[in-house]
Amino acid sequence: MEKRIVLNFPPESTQKPVIYDIVKKFDVVTNILKANVKGDQGGRMIVELVADAKRIKEAVKYIESCGIEVSTLGSKITWNGDLCTDCGTCTSSCLSGALTIQAPDWKLKFNPDKCVACKLCLKACPLHLFSMDVFG
Amino acid sequence: MEKTYEEINEKIRKGKAVVLTAEQVSEMARTMSPKEILNKVDVVTTATFGAMCSSGAILNFGHATPPIRMERIELNGVPVSGGLAAVDTFVGATDCNPQRPDYGGAHIIQELIDGKSVVLEAWAKGTDCYPRTHIKTNVSLETMNEAILSNPRNAYQNYNVAVNSSDRIRYTYMGTLLPNFKNASYSSAGELSPLLNDPECRTIGLGTRIFLAGAQGYVTYNGTQFNTSKPVNKFGVPMGGSRTIAVAGEMREMNSRFLRGAYFEKYGVTMYVGIGVPIPVLDEDMAARVSIRNEQIETYIEDYGDDFKLIGTTNYAALRSGEIEFAGHKIHTAPLSSLARAREIADILKGWIERGEFQLTAPVRPMPANRSIKSLEENL
Repeated sequence: MEKRIVLNFPPESTQKPVIYDIVKKFDVVTNILKANVKGDQGGRMIVELVADAKRIKEAVKYIESCGIEVSTLGSKITWNGDLCTDCGTCTSSCLSGALTIQAPDWKLKFNPDKCVACKLCLKACPLHLFSMDVFG
Repeated sequence: MEKTYEEINEKIRKGKAVVLTAEQVSEMARTMSPKEILNKVDVVTTATFGAMCSSGAILNFGHATPPIRMERIELNGVPVSGGLAAVDTFVGATDCNPQRPDYGGAHIIQELIDGKSVVLEAWAKGTDCYPRTHIKTNVSLETMNEAILSNPRNAYQNYNVAVNSSDRIRYTYMGTLLPNFKNASYSSAGELSPLLNDPECRTIGLGTRIFLAGAQGYVTYNGTQFNTSKPVNKFGVPMGGSRTIAVAGEMREMNSRFLRGAYFEKYGVTMYVGIGVPIPVLDEDMAARVSIRNEQIETYIEDYGDDFKLIGTTNYAALRSGEIEFAGHKIHTAPLSSLARAREIADILKGWIERGEFQLTAPVRPMPANRSIKSLEENL
């Protein structure tokens, strides 16, 4: 499986080579999608992990044990689904496939695990129903 | 066998009319002939819920004491028409204050329908009969005399598909078009779309009663840019934007579930409008028309990155599959109008007719038969 997570580095945890560690210790394929981490200030990183569910779980546990808070990317996104009209306009610019609309029901579906925080949906939604605070 | 409006309305009054949505009848047509459909079905409901920029509202505020002949008018800071007598205005859906381009007439119309108050501010020079020069007050649908949604051009019959061959993002009324054919957007409701189920407007004319944003409204005229001159494919479908309808209805009976103020990035304000049109199955020809299926509804692919060139054709079955192939590109497709909400409207209209709450109207006057559209020449 693949899972996209956000790593929130406090200043004191920036010196640990966690990405190297999870590759070596848990054999997890990592793909850094976005990173803004400063040695003296901390920061955030979006990483895609590819491995079986057990190894991903262990890797996440290890990252957390290093003092780094882990959240799924979706938790950073607010989608006001109650006001959504299912027009589908946002899916046009969502190349990661997190936002989809299709047969049979043509209702908008949002899969946070696939989101790469490109932010194109924030502008694409004609009703402004998305907001995001990643790297805000 | 042919049926008249009166015969169909008699069945509706008795609660015996057979009403199907356009999607249901298109499915039925896979195994049934137009003759069988004519015998079985009385009314087909069609619908769309899409961005329709050419929309607006006629409002009458009532006279204050002392009275004012409003010459410059703002609603929530958005300038609206001051050119209609003393206390009438027309709020255009795309009206906006350049200082705040993402809020405009469409949002004001939605807020009024939601029962909210908006701030009216108006200025005048003052006359002997209208001495006042300024007024600022809250208004709502409760305080006004008339509030009539009045849209000059809605429910476009077919529309092109938008792509972008250039190397930069294009922000358009067809949404965000990514560079190098990365996406394609389409806006029609396909086989559920009103004017695609009656492509020559045999039953849709002046006075046709419709579902308009939750209320029972009317087709008031042929819409602006009404065009009968586009090529027609072998299934009788006009290619690209063709006929349109002008519509009107009482705002107090509307519901913002079916009318939304919207903003397209770097384009401007527009309004999503929900429209449902009942089509009577009068004869075999109409039965064949309402049987149209997505794969038979073709439209042009237009390149918004290169001077709006027509670069190909596709159909609605392909568009709905999520991907179209064009010139070696696999292009991700996305809708702009809500099929889910259009289906909801078609179902509501079906319910109204089945319960005898909505009867059909024969056109008071048919739509024009021969119309093409002119472009604007610069001649000074």
